[in-house]
Amino acid sequence: MTTTQTKPLAPQPEVDTAPLKRLRRDRALLQAACIVISLFMLVPIYLISLAALSTRESLNDFPLSLLPTNLSFETLGAFLGSTGILGAFGNSLIVGIGTLLISALIGIPAGYALARFAFPAKEPYQLFLLFTRALPIVVLSVPLARLFLTVDLYDTTYAVILLHTALALPTTILISASVFLSVPIDVEEAARVFGCTPAGAFLKVVMPMALPGLAAASIFTFVMSWNEVLGASILTLDHRTLPAQVLTSLADSPLAYRFAGGFALVIPSIIFIAFMRRYLTNMWGSTIR
Amino acid sequence: MADITISHLVKTYPGGTERATDDVSLDIADGDFTVLLGPSGCGKTTLLRMLAGLELPDSGSIAVGGKDVTYLPPNKRNMSMVFQSYAVFPHRKVRYNIGFGLSMAKKPKEEIDRKVAWAADLLQLGPYLDRLPAQLSGGQRQRVAVARAIVMDADVLLMDEPLSNLDALLRLNFRSELKKIVKDLKTTTVYVTHDQSEALSLGDRVAVMRKGQIAQLGDPLDVYDAPADRFVGGFIGSPPMNFIKAAVSGDGGALIVGDQRLRAPSLLQSYSSTDVLLGVRAENVAVDTQRSSGDVPGTVLVVEPMGSSILLTVEVEGQTIKVQAPPTFRTSPGATIWLTFSPNSMRFYDSETAMALVAR
Repeated sequence: MTTTQTKPLAPQPEVDTAPLKRLRRDRALLQAACIVISLFMLVPIYLISLAALSTRESLNDFPLSLLPTNLSFETLGAFLGSTGILGAFGNSLIVGIGTLLISALIGIPAGYALARFAFPAKEPYQLFLLFTRALPIVVLSVPLARLFLTVDLYDTTYAVILLHTALALPTTILISASVFLSVPIDVEEAARVFGCTPAGAFLKVVMPMALPGLAAASIFTFVMSWNEVLGASILTLDHRTLPAQVLTSLADSPLAYRFAGGFALVIPSIIFIAFMRRYLTNMWGSTIR
Repeated sequence: MADITISHLVKTYPGGTERATDDVSLDIADGDFTVLLGPSGCGKTTLLRMLAGLELPDSGSIAVGGKDVTYLPPNKRNMSMVFQSYAVFPHRKVRYNIGFGLSMAKKPKEEIDRKVAWAADLLQLGPYLDRLPAQLSGGQRQRVAVARAIVMDADVLLMDEPLSNLDALLRLNFRSELKKIVKDLKTTTVYVTHDQSEALSLGDRVAVMRKGQIAQLGDPLDVYDAPADRFVGGFIGSPPMNFIKAAVSGDGGALIVGDQRLRAPSLLQSYSSTDVLLGVRAENVAVDTQRSSGDVPGTVLVVEPMGSSILLTVEVEGQTIKVQAPPTFRTSPGATIWLTFSPNSMRFYDSETAMALVAR
């Protein structure tokens, strides 16, 4: 009963490895591209950190050492110690978090409405939202400065919070609308059938599922507020945010101060993104559905 | 547990011109398992969603247990529901999912635990209580959705195509399981499906819907055996009922199909010299290779062995019909076979309105 194949194998054509080699080459190129792009982002951050953490003298050395040989907090300390910087740092935090909270408070319900309800002129409304961003910040800020002067809000962090909220709202609304769209409506209806009020269903079911996406939107808002400089400089004098403060004193300050300023501007955003990253990766992962 | 009275329910979706449900009235007795069956767009899901309170009707009323619920919000109706897409909460463990309705109703913790354990045991979910839905298979997720619905002690249990996302074998198994569970619960159940075999196998009663209206309501076997109109006969059964153009002879005693004369049942006495549609199920046509009296000749077009039977496509007097032959029957395309229609299984429909003929 041994009827195994006894027929001689037909001659196989030569194995063509060219496609396999192409595949390997493409993969290597992709890796190389990833590395180049990462370096493009990381090298400036590294250089700025290095300069900010070096002694004032070593900055003038030639050739410049690319390794952290002369670590010192002297420059950074001097920068943080100079007038107005710590205050500006605090202002920036207040403005960033304030902007985040207010734009979330207004933008998330608006995004929910866009995602779930049909109402007249929905499409034009979405387009109209983006018009705020179409206006240059200067055009917005100067009338705002006048307005804030008359209502006594000028030169306060509230003024900057309001401006930044206005700037951030379009993106907050549109991002959160798309996030809510990705939460299946059935799940919300199930919550309603099983005894939730509309608010209960939103808080117990929709919000937890939307959280990763909303966190991403909030990162965006915070970083935008942290980096915005023009409007903040126009609307404040003594209560500047960090970028505004640094900008005004940049021209007439020593090199070391500039590096330290740059470092202080970059770090909080990076920390904030690192903190929120978990939610971001979740969003592309399996949390929703 | 409660009876349901639906009366003159009309719903038109915003922007639509056709009525999603068109003056639907339906009484469902306490503890009954009623299936709403129909093709997509027939309004069956809309009707279910209005029962659940997820849609509001334009006019008409719904009463559950003698109490009007027409415009009550979903959370005040004491109903539970199984969704087509499962709709389990992906961010919470299975245990929380099953107990969700009970904890919303602020039931004591011991009772929730006891009921969750009972439902998990019933649906074989015991080992998975501390998992997230993402870690379950589709079938298990659907079990979670069913468990979540049955722990509720709801007045009415609503099911919206709960099996349609499962694969064929799983669907067949879970179907009989579901039937047993619902029977033991004795809860009034409304079940929506477009799958006629599901409807026939599960329902105490089947309501066949078409274009927002109930075309026929009845016992599953009645609906299968005596469709109220051509649509129902064509929708239920696989293959669907055959419809053959025929005419009643002048004296009302014979049915004329092409050149053939069949003996007409007494029902047709009062329809002499009118055109009718003869409806007959594929399994109610006897086939033979030999001619005997009263037979109609047909030419075999297609032979499809189905395992338990052989499905023949036969041309009879210029009309194509499906015939179910025993698996031992041997024939081939092009052959002539002889068909016998048993008088008791013939149904007659008006050739214009397509409604079943009644004696007059």
